Amino acid sequence: MKFVTDIKNTRQEVKQQPTKVYETKDLNLWYGNTHALKNVNFPIYEKEVTAIIGPSGCGKSTFLKTLNRMVELVPSVHTSGTIEYRGKNILDPNFMVEDLRTKVGMVFQKPNPFPKSIYDNIAYGPRIHGIKDRKILDEIVETSLRGAAIWNEVKDRLKENAYGMSGGQQQRLCIARALAIEPDVILMDEPTSALDPKSTLKVEELIQELKKDFSIVIVTHNMQQAARISDRTAFMLNGELIEYDYTDDIFQHPKDERTEDYITGRFG
Amino acid sequence: MTTHIHSERVRNRMKRRVALNKGLSGVFLLATTFGVFVLGVLFYQILTEGIPYINLDFLTGKLSTMPERAGIMGAILGTLWLMAVVIPVTIVLGVGTAIYNELYAKQGKLQKIIQTNISNLSGVPSIVYGILGMTIFASLLNLGSVVLAGGLTMSLLVLPIVIVSSQEALRAVPGYLSEASIGLGATKWQTIKNIILPAALPGILTGAILALSRAIGETAPLVVLGVPALLLPFPGGLFDRFTVLPMQIYYWTLDASLVEEYQFLASATIIVLLAMLFILNGTAIVIRNKFQRRY
Repeated sequence: MKFVTDIKNTRQEVKQQPTKVYETKDLNLWYGNTHALKNVNFPIYEKEVTAIIGPSGCGKSTFLKTLNRMVELVPSVHTSGTIEYRGKNILDPNFMVEDLRTKVGMVFQKPNPFPKSIYDNIAYGPRIHGIKDRKILDEIVETSLRGAAIWNEVKDRLKENAYGMSGGQQQRLCIARALAIEPDVILMDEPTSALDPKSTLKVEELIQELKKDFSIVIVTHNMQQAARISDRTAFMLNGELIEYDYTDDIFQHPKDERTEDYITGRFG
Repeated sequence: MTTHIHSERVRNRMKRRVALNKGLSGVFLLATTFGVFVLGVLFYQILTEGIPYINLDFLTGKLSTMPERAGIMGAILGTLWLMAVVIPVTIVLGVGTAIYNELYAKQGKLQKIIQTNISNLSGVPSIVYGILGMTIFASLLNLGSVVLAGGLTMSLLVLPIVIVSSQEALRAVPGYLSEASIGLGATKWQTIKNIILPAALPGILTGAILALSRAIGETAPLVVLGVPALLLPFPGGLFDRFTVLPMQIYYWTLDASLVEEYQFLASATIIVLLAMLFILNGTAIVIRNKFQRRY
């Protein structure tokens, strides 16, 4: 008998969803009086690529920035509901945002390296967290640049200013910079929208590689990109999460009419 | 098809417009040359009058009622001491205020009022600051007309310039740089210290240069404060009485009707003052450019 229950348990485990990194419950967000996110319930799973699509102004970037509370840089923001990151509510006023942002790295729409050397860009994160040992920093810089598949291009010019790199290289440098704080999650806000097709392809390949070690949430305007690289896709509209499912299902059998309209290009 | 643009009237008007364009460029050139010309005349007069009087004795000597024995070491030291107070006070208070206003203060009505007042303060006549300095530093704090009182008064006078220009420099630092830093888990202060301030430094220094030049040349507040141009011992500290170069120029010009040579001494002092200004500004510009290259 015991043997049978064991098998049952194993089967249940296989069917179970992977671990949730984030669990968002009834999240509402306002910019002043503008209701930007409406009752969003949005689980995010470990070591997957989660894509968020939707027309401009639908709240997808706002939602992304709520996940590391960068949205609070806008002074008039207030929220209700909860976002649990690894079981802890990050919207709790006592939650230390610096700690959250050390575990949740971010890559922005426009490549935004610091006006410093390539080395100092990567070492910035570790340094602000108090790491001064040159050997450790060297090691982190190399690992991060390798992780972002850019080490071979820059290893001979680590002391040069990052502004001398191409846009695509700068964006991968920014990804490497995010890796240097050894994050758990990486948030990407339209990371390829400022890049040419070749650089875009490189970043997409990189995301596939990074997925093995990190959970990635990516906002994108490019539906083909979402279809290519993500495991799950969420469609947002006017601050609401309309549909959220495996990417294949969303693109092949959307359940909601509005999702279908959007992905077939009827609006947006 | 009728045409409105390719007509005789438009062609005639075009000739007028082109002529006006040519004429005006001449007017603007005249405006520029007028200023440069007057400046040139001034320089010529000062240099021809003053150069013969500049020698080591004049630069290192004490003040004297006899023109041929008069020196301006006291005024040079006084000006340097004044700077020694003005530079740290304005940079600490000015940049500190700018950081608070630009990066920490909640934007609201009160903030707007403070902001407007700071901008207005830079337009207040300098003599008003002199009265303020006399009331607070010289009388109320009982300092008298010493280096510290003069320096603090001058600092108040130039603070608005430093604040406004520092705020502009801080505002010009692109938001995506601070976002990148905050996004890595840096605190606000770490972001300010490591990213925003270094990027804003050239702009802040430009403001500081302007402020310093103004403080070096100001006379009115010190007149009110009771800074003399008498036979004083050289100032050696913050609580010594002192005089400054523009003060010396003022008194010598005033007394030129009694002793004609004073006029030439004033010219010589102006040359020294200008030289000091150029050296100070030059240093600041070199520092600024060094940082600009790096960032």
